[in-house]
Amino acid sequence: MPVITFTINGVPVSGQQSESILEIARQHDIRIPTLCHLDGLSDVGACRLCLMEIEGTSKLLPACSTYPSENMVVRTDTDKLKRYRRTIIELLAAEGNHQCAVCVVNNNCELQNLAYEVGLEHVRAQYLFPKKELDATHPDYIIDRNRCVLCTRCVRVCHEVEGAHVWDIANRGINCEIVADMNQPWGTSESCTSCGKCVLVCPVGALIEKGATVSEMEKHRAFLPYIMTARTKQEWIARAIEED
Amino acid sequence: MTIEELEERAASEQQRQAEFKKRVLTCTAAGCVSCGAGKVVGHFRAQVKERNLAKEVEVVETGCMGLCGSGPLVRVAPDETMYKNVDLEAAHQIFDEHVVGGKPVAAYAVDPKMPFFTRQVKVVLENCGRIDAEKIEASMAAGGYEALARALTEMKPEEVIEEVRKAGLRGRGGAGYPTGLKWSIVRKAQGDQKYVVCNADEGDPGAFMDRSVLEGDPHRVLEGMAIAGYATGASQGYIYIRAEYPLAIERLKTAIKQAERAGLLGNRIMDSALSFRIDLRIGAGAFVCGEETALMRSIQGRRGRPRPRPPYPSEKGLWGMPTLINNVETYANIAPIIRNGSAWFAAMGTPKSPGTKVFALAGKICNTGLIEVPMGVPLREIIEEIGGGTPEGTTFKAAQTGGPSGGCIPAEHLDLPVDYESLQLVGSIMGSGGMIVMDSTSNMVDVAKFFMDFSVDESCGKCVPCRSGTKQIALLLEKIRSGQATPDDLALLEELCVMVKETSLCGLGQSAPNPVLSTLRFFRKEYVDLLIPKLVYEPHEA
Amino acid sequence: MTPPPASKTDHPSGDNRFKLLDRTIARFQSRGDALIEVLHSAQSIFGYLENDLMVYIARALRLPLSRVYGVATFYHFFNLKPKGRHAFVLCMGTACYVKGAEAIQNAVAKRCGVSFGETTADGAVSLVSARCIGSCGLAPVAVLDDDVAGKLSVDGAVERVGQWIAEPEQVSS
Repeated sequence: MPVITFTINGVPVSGQQSESILEIARQHDIRIPTLCHLDGLSDVGACRLCLMEIEGTSKLLPACSTYPSENMVVRTDTDKLKRYRRTIIELLAAEGNHQCAVCVVNNNCELQNLAYEVGLEHVRAQYLFPKKELDATHPDYIIDRNRCVLCTRCVRVCHEVEGAHVWDIANRGINCEIVADMNQPWGTSESCTSCGKCVLVCPVGALIEKGATVSEMEKHRAFLPYIMTARTKQEWIARAIEED
Repeated sequence: MTIEELEERAASEQQRQAEFKKRVLTCTAAGCVSCGAGKVVGHFRAQVKERNLAKEVEVVETGCMGLCGSGPLVRVAPDETMYKNVDLEAAHQIFDEHVVGGKPVAAYAVDPKMPFFTRQVKVVLENCGRIDAEKIEASMAAGGYEALARALTEMKPEEVIEEVRKAGLRGRGGAGYPTGLKWSIVRKAQGDQKYVVCNADEGDPGAFMDRSVLEGDPHRVLEGMAIAGYATGASQGYIYIRAEYPLAIERLKTAIKQAERAGLLGNRIMDSALSFRIDLRIGAGAFVCGEETALMRSIQGRRGRPRPRPPYPSEKGLWGMPTLINNVETYANIAPIIRNGSAWFAAMGTPKSPGTKVFALAGKICNTGLIEVPMGVPLREIIEEIGGGTPEGTTFKAAQTGGPSGGCIPAEHLDLPVDYESLQLVGSIMGSGGMIVMDSTSNMVDVAKFFMDFSVDESCGKCVPCRSGTKQIALLLEKIRSGQATPDDLALLEELCVMVKETSLCGLGQSAPNPVLSTLRFFRKEYVDLLIPKLVYEPHEA
Repeated sequence: MTPPPASKTDHPSGDNRFKLLDRTIARFQSRGDALIEVLHSAQSIFGYLENDLMVYIARALRLPLSRVYGVATFYHFFNLKPKGRHAFVLCMGTACYVKGAEAIQNAVAKRCGVSFGETTADGAVSLVSARCIGSCGLAPVAVLDDDVAGKLSVDGAVERVGQWIAEPEQVSS
């Protein structure tokens, strides 16, 4: 496959046609913030944090699901993009109930890190304070939908890697929610294998292990690419669900 | 069926119709049915039976006749007298005096010289309200399937595409993408199977163009799709239609069955090599499914959540195969283009936007209903002449086009020609054709709030800007409306609108802020008047 | 709704309505991508989509439960709860809105004590808002059970709903 050369933020880079611009940027140590993307899972382009400007295109495109072409001029660090990223984090902060000080993943939270990174100092948007219940019916894990950012990583890992498809999204728009099976208590789900992958991939403190207290829970996500590589090499059947 | 057989069936139907002394056509499209057209038809049928006139008088149920605000509508042929507001009493009188007596009833008659009729140019709607939508023969007698026959026997697929390209037809769903170009991309795309999809998920609240076409002349759409199938090399078609349109669904089902029986759909159409089937897929109440990638996911039985493009459906569509998606009105334009030639079509409208456009005219206007005008006609002509102006005592304030994705056009732009580019220039869009008129009594902040609530409700929730941003915009609008907002809030509102527009994943989110941005552009004072002064922090004394 | 004629081979569930549903499922060869069509069919047979019914469909189409639940709650046409004996469907299309449908919405919701999209606790009235029923000339419009009421006034709407709430519980029209 031919190598494609182009520039990101003025830096000349090269990569394969089949690699997303996000992958190529990472290979060249160019940081592009992401939230819904996770190595090993399919990309959905939903969080809009990795949006970039491409010369000659009026629309902003997500780096995770856009592929390079020769001599493309990509920018990911313009003032406009930085402002938009901050607003996205601001919208997420206002959408759920995020109280870092009392959260088990405090200091290990991707949303928190992103907020630092984009310089979110205060939230101008109106807090929605949704009333959501915490589900601790599973013997090992807890889902706290108050902290969910709807990145759908859990939905994808459960379908694409574990193959159980316990999780899916119910409702739509601002009422979207992650549900187990028939929107039933997680502990009563017959399809859940209790593998815990969803807990590990969750970027925030929405899916957590029982027994962890404030700031105690660290998540390890590096296992995923290995599993996926193992599968592809052995040609196990893993059908990526196109999305969600 | 061969061409000769088609011509024969058309001729015999024309002959049959000519044998009746009088034909009474009643509109039984949704608008007229909701004001009692069913009873009127029942009365006519009873009268024919009672007076034993079955050989002289034919009672026909048709699709939309256009003047929906004055329904039920009845037309008496062959003298083409049209009646409005026909209740049972009027129906009785019309039957007695006109159908039997031969003297038109002046009291209910519509003036055929009124600009509402004379200023329209009917291409898509030429048969709407004139033929029995449930009989394939009626369609054939009006030239139906002639274009398909010609395409199959006289033209190569490339020639069909070239004809559509030369006609300059642009997508009538709103964005105005050149139809011929889309077709040729699908034709060239590689795939074992290709699909042709008709987007009949008309979700704009206040638009009923597509429904009227499907209710009034369903065969025209099937014919357009079959021609598209021939041109692109597809063998399977889907019509994705809203569940809210039960009559259109019924009539489409009937039409598909009839066309299959006549050998105009299915295997080896008209003894050619073309095989093309059409199936219906019923939507279930989600505006976002009008977006093409969401529509495809819905056809595949999934949540209608859009995905990033590229890849475009023309390369990777239904089940990963090349898929052509056009809307109802676009397909309805195909047969006339093939029948009359691209030059005929291109001569109408403007050079960049040829042809005609159907609009659903509603709101604070005298003649509400369905109209078809050449592209480029000044807005003033639509509002003042065809629409008859705003109700007495009020003045025109703005026309809203494009529904929740569009914007409003204020009085100072009344002379704007209605075409894709001009509407975009003033911050609105052509959209699918909903046109809501607002008069001096309408409050523009309320209108913006109405559309934003709609977008909040219809957002699929996948991407953050649309899911959460539209909600914040709606909250800010409510704050402004209730007189609690400061200039800071207005600044935040504008910032969020631009951000949601630029960063959302699909067309719904990208266009959701348009009603706010457009009313801010032309009616900013209405917003500013509602603001309270900025709060200033004054420390209390200790 | 008329139950299907009794036959020798009853459905194992004891509810023969499932046989009608099975026919739809068979027509689509139990394909998962026919989910929406099957849900449409199930709703028209059973009136609404009960949890057990959705589980039945998920098993028949070999789909994950949460997928079926997710699809059913995404589309507003599907009801997961039984409908009221009467339905007040208010058009909230643009034309109706411009002509004052919002005032009707607020007044009717207040009279019933529930918001649109819900059913009163006694199951008497379901309030539904629709997006343009295409009778824009008659705006504001509501569909009261199967009757289209055009040029509706706030008082008129509240009165009609009031009658439904007041009427005794047994008969459904």
